[in-house]
Amino acid sequence: MKITELFERGEFVVSAEVGPPKGIHIEHLLEEAKTYLSDITAVNVTDNQSSVMRLGSLATCKALKDEGLTPIFQITCRDRNRIALQSDILSAAALGIENLLLLTGDHTKMGDHPQAKPVFDLDSVSLIHTVKKLEEGEDLGGNKLVGEPPKFAKGAVVSPCSDSVDAQLAKMERKVRAGADYFQTQAVYEPEKFIKFMEKAKQFGKPVQLGIVIPKSAGMAKFMNANVAGVHVPDEMIEELKKDKEKTKAGITGVEIAARIIKECKPYCQGVHIMALGWESKVPDLLKLAEI
Amino acid sequence: MLITQLKSKETIASLAAGKKVFIINCHGCKEVHFPEKEAIELQKELAADGNVTGSITTDYICNPENMKLRLEGHKSEIEAAEVVLVFSCGVGVQTIAEYFEDKKVCAACDTYPLPGFQGVTPLEYDCDQCGECYLNITGGICPITACSKSLVNGQCGGSKDGKCEVDGNMECGWERIYRRLAQLGRLDVLKCPTQIRNFATDDEVAK
Ligand code: SF4
Ligand code: SF4
Repeated sequence: MKITELFERGEFVVSAEVGPPKGIHIEHLLEEAKTYLSDITAVNVTDNQSSVMRLGSLATCKALKDEGLTPIFQITCRDRNRIALQSDILSAAALGIENLLLLTGDHTKMGDHPQAKPVFDLDSVSLIHTVKKLEEGEDLGGNKLVGEPPKFAKGAVVSPCSDSVDAQLAKMERKVRAGADYFQTQAVYEPEKFIKFMEKAKQFGKPVQLGIVIPKSAGMAKFMNANVAGVHVPDEMIEELKKDKEKTKAGITGVEIAARIIKECKPYCQGVHIMALGWESKVPDLLKLAEI
Repeated sequence: MLITQLKSKETIASLAAGKKVFIINCHGCKEVHFPEKEAIELQKELAADGNVTGSITTDYICNPENMKLRLEGHKSEIEAAEVVLVFSCGVGVQTIAEYFEDKKVCAACDTYPLPGFQGVTPLEYDCDQCGECYLNITGGICPITACSKSLVNGQCGGSKDGKCEVDGNMECGWERIYRRLAQLGRLDVLKCPTQIRNFATDDEVAK
């Protein structure tokens, strides 16, 4: 199922993210996904997230699909040139995977193989353009595909709380013009900024899913503030996380904060995308508290 | 060694279309092959339209001191122009674009590598001889060398406080480009078609 069909029906689309393991044992991931994520619309599978080498996104997507979940195949331009990217995208279609999230990707220097060659033959915009061409029955080299072309829901990302939000909007527009169907955002902790952003992003007419990372501790919040692009956890939230250490450790504070953000932003967006970072088990509680 | 080649006639014509133009030719250093004849021909055609306010031919335009000195005598001609059209390698165009903060500076050439020794690249500007100069859609800042991922369609999501995700000491090249375009009132060039790089160096596949 393409998640764009749900947006078209006016549904509030909920997705969550899982990261494949460093190794071949996928049972735990599948178990968690079945237990905690089977009620939500779709599950994103990250592609060697943060440039750390892991089990592949495509294989994990297929395994999730076999378990009855709807995967979103994340693809970055860091590790593959245009030939490998197109080939993997065709492979996804052949395996019945219809949802894509198309990204530039972190630089190789950020990960656990800093000596690797960064590819970036294409980038997020030209990758979206490429998928659109495949959907029209032609590859990027201008060669015809044999038979019925694939069809996807083409997702992209945007960073609504970035300090250069106008540049983000300009980039978002380029993605829309290249053919992006829907957007997922970077983690949001400042609903006012998100709402302001949505007022401007509305003009593109594409559904946007609010990005949520459940804050696990004050330390994590501070870490994100110092290191994660486009993310700023306000001081009051950090104080809230500090106040009752036990409650925070149990995940209750983080879930409360995240639910509050979702509630506040919900009237302005078309869905929510939860990056649980190992706290998949908290997702059902979060959705309940956010009244979704 | 590097080689500069004129952009297509149509491209150059569209850069100059109906605008007052000042032309700068750099015959460069011994490391650069410059298409002298073709450039003269083309500039004659441009001048025939009566829109050329003036032109100079010089060398080492990439040296800011040298450039300022050479341009001194042409102040009024430059002021009268809406576009400064530069026939030089990518480094030269970047040097001039930085100098004319508020003027539209256009690259009329693409810069390709040639095997062998590469000339000493001066100062803070760098050109990677990508063969398809993007300076006209990036406000005169080279996206190939100023962005760690050499992105040509806008910034990645990685910059933090204006700094590149790869190197905290380096300004994000695309934020610089965005700011420059905003300053020039040329943010509309970001609406250009999706750019796809061409890594074919062989002339026949390159086209
Ligand atoms: S875009 Fe950069 S690398 Fe390419 S020719 Fe222009 S200055 Fe050189
Ligand atoms: S942060 Fe800026 S300079 Fe660095 S890779 Fe991304 S777009 Fe390029």
